[in-house]
Amino acid sequence: MTRVIGSRLFSTALVLFGVSLVVFLLLQLVPGDPAVTILGSGATAGAVAELRSELGLDRALPIQFFDYLGGLLRGDLGRSLTVNAPVTDIMVPRFVNTMILTGAALLLCIVVAVPLGVIAAHKQYSLFDRMSMVISMAGASVPVYWFGLLLIGVFAITLGWLPTSGMYDPRFPGGVGDLLAHLVLPAIAAALVPLAVIARMTRSVMIDILAQDYIRTLRASGLSTSSVLWRHALRNALPPIVNITGLQVGYLLGGVVFVEVVFGWPGLGQQLYTSITQRDIPVVQAGVLFIALAFVIINLVADMAVGLLDPRTRRAVGV
Amino acid sequence: MSALTEAVGTGRSLIGTRRTPAGGNALSQADAPKPAWRLAVRAFSRDRMAVVSLVVLVVVALAAIFAPLLTSYSPVAGDPVNRLAGVGTDGHFLGLDGQGRDIWTRLLYGGRNSLLVAVIPVLVVFPLALMIGLFAGFRRSRAGEVTMRVLDVLFAFPLVLLAIALSAVLGAGLGNVMLAIGVTLVPYMARVAYTATVQESSKDYVEAARAYGANPLLLMFRELMPNVVVQLLVYATTLCGLMIVVASGLSFLGVGVIPPTPDWGIMTADGKNVLLEGIYHVATIPGLLILVVSLAFSLVGDGVRDALDPRKQTS
Repeated sequence: MTRVIGSRLFSTALVLFGVSLVVFLLLQLVPGDPAVTILGSGATAGAVAELRSELGLDRALPIQFFDYLGGLLRGDLGRSLTVNAPVTDIMVPRFVNTMILTGAALLLCIVVAVPLGVIAAHKQYSLFDRMSMVISMAGASVPVYWFGLLLIGVFAITLGWLPTSGMYDPRFPGGVGDLLAHLVLPAIAAALVPLAVIARMTRSVMIDILAQDYIRTLRASGLSTSSVLWRHALRNALPPIVNITGLQVGYLLGGVVFVEVVFGWPGLGQQLYTSITQRDIPVVQAGVLFIALAFVIINLVADMAVGLLDPRTRRAVGV
Repeated sequence: MSALTEAVGTGRSLIGTRRTPAGGNALSQADAPKPAWRLAVRAFSRDRMAVVSLVVLVVVALAAIFAPLLTSYSPVAGDPVNRLAGVGTDGHFLGLDGQGRDIWTRLLYGGRNSLLVAVIPVLVVFPLALMIGLFAGFRRSRAGEVTMRVLDVLFAFPLVLLAIALSAVLGAGLGNVMLAIGVTLVPYMARVAYTATVQESSKDYVEAARAYGANPLLLMFRELMPNVVVQLLVYATTLCGLMIVVASGLSFLGVGVIPPTPDWGIMTADGKNVLLEGIYHVATIPGLLILVVSLAFSLVGDGVRDALDPRKQTS
């Protein structure tokens, strides 16, 4: 098991190396000279050259990359072009906020989607099954930003039950209750699409499992339906469900960008949006890097969980 | 991403295999096996959801193409007096937006951009992904394998995020968005083509052709490729639906199509500003259309997948 985890960690490190290379290369795609962008078009050639050597832009690309990588390892992501502050200082608190929202949405996904899929599989072709599958089919196609706007329109403006945006009440900030009230709508908006996909996947995995012989044996030996369903069948369905959930986190994190913009949630997505508008590329880079990092790590955790849940795959996890 | 795993599915060879009709009913009495594509078309035409979805897509595409015939208003010039008038206003049955532009008109013209931005990248990447998948999966060429491993790194980025990042650095505009979406799609489509190729390669007809001493390149292009194309096509259809949402999302964020060019994502973003004043129609209508078109693409994709599945096209 230790060796398996070791090799999985090694391949994750390789992926992270690749991720930082891609993020580094993103900067190279930006049209124009970053030094000119910082100084403005009226800058003298001398000033531009000076800044270029200060930023290390006059060196070979591979050397620039290893400089960037060294900075990453020290937690130095460069300086923002618009706010005179290190990118790390701007992004770390926002990363925490994004993780709060993502965590809440993920929890909502699992708590709703898995029971929905299990019950739909149990009552296959029933009205409940058909209804929930039609809804989740449509749910998987919903534009996240539009759904967020609908939620604001209905629950914040028309009904006035929940706040329209932000993370805390600006007048009386603080408190877990305040945070939760602000969290409900964005979490629902972010959860919808992955929830729909996980529910469908749970249903199809459970249908396969419920058709197997050992389930019939369990039923024949007099176990209650709920025990067969929730203890025995679901337990064997969990590894593929966890796998799919891990992959859906990618969609969740992508959707969170839109949700944060719509709900004014002060996380990475909203910062990305602002920085893209201002063409503050180091901040954009850092935002992309942080989200990819979270995605890779969550999938690593999901893979490990699958290994723990299913003894048969323990050996295979490292591959 | 789920579409990815779903689309790969089980390998099936459609073309180049003789099929014996299953079941003993009247239709399959004839001795000669029907061509696979005719069985598939028949199976598809029986799938009511898929047929309705296909009709929806055709209607939306035609409406976008013939936009000038269906409206007399301009998609960019507004009528400030009636701005924000609601659904059912005289002469503007879907109402007007914040600048007094007719929403129906903007939906029609916006369809041109929203559909093109989503469909063209998929079409352009299709042959590229097919070649990567075939060469990496069948020829096992080192260049192909290296390409696949490099593309694997891109899976570490959530799809939408990569598209956002690329269009952010390239800058907004129709061409740049298509480029950004196209680049984002390469790893996904190549992976599907690769998986399909690997699955097909292990099948008997390929083994047989190999044992017979067939020219590997001919075998790959004439026997293997049609089966891989079919599987990639199913995935591409579903992907078009996803890209409608992603592309309009980029426009919503301001890194896509540049206003005042009409686009469904931009229209939704326009509606965001007036939503807080309690005016809902500006944001809800274009979003609903995005949902319908995206759903229609997925249903057509599902229909094609099921129609090509020999186990589901019997009777």
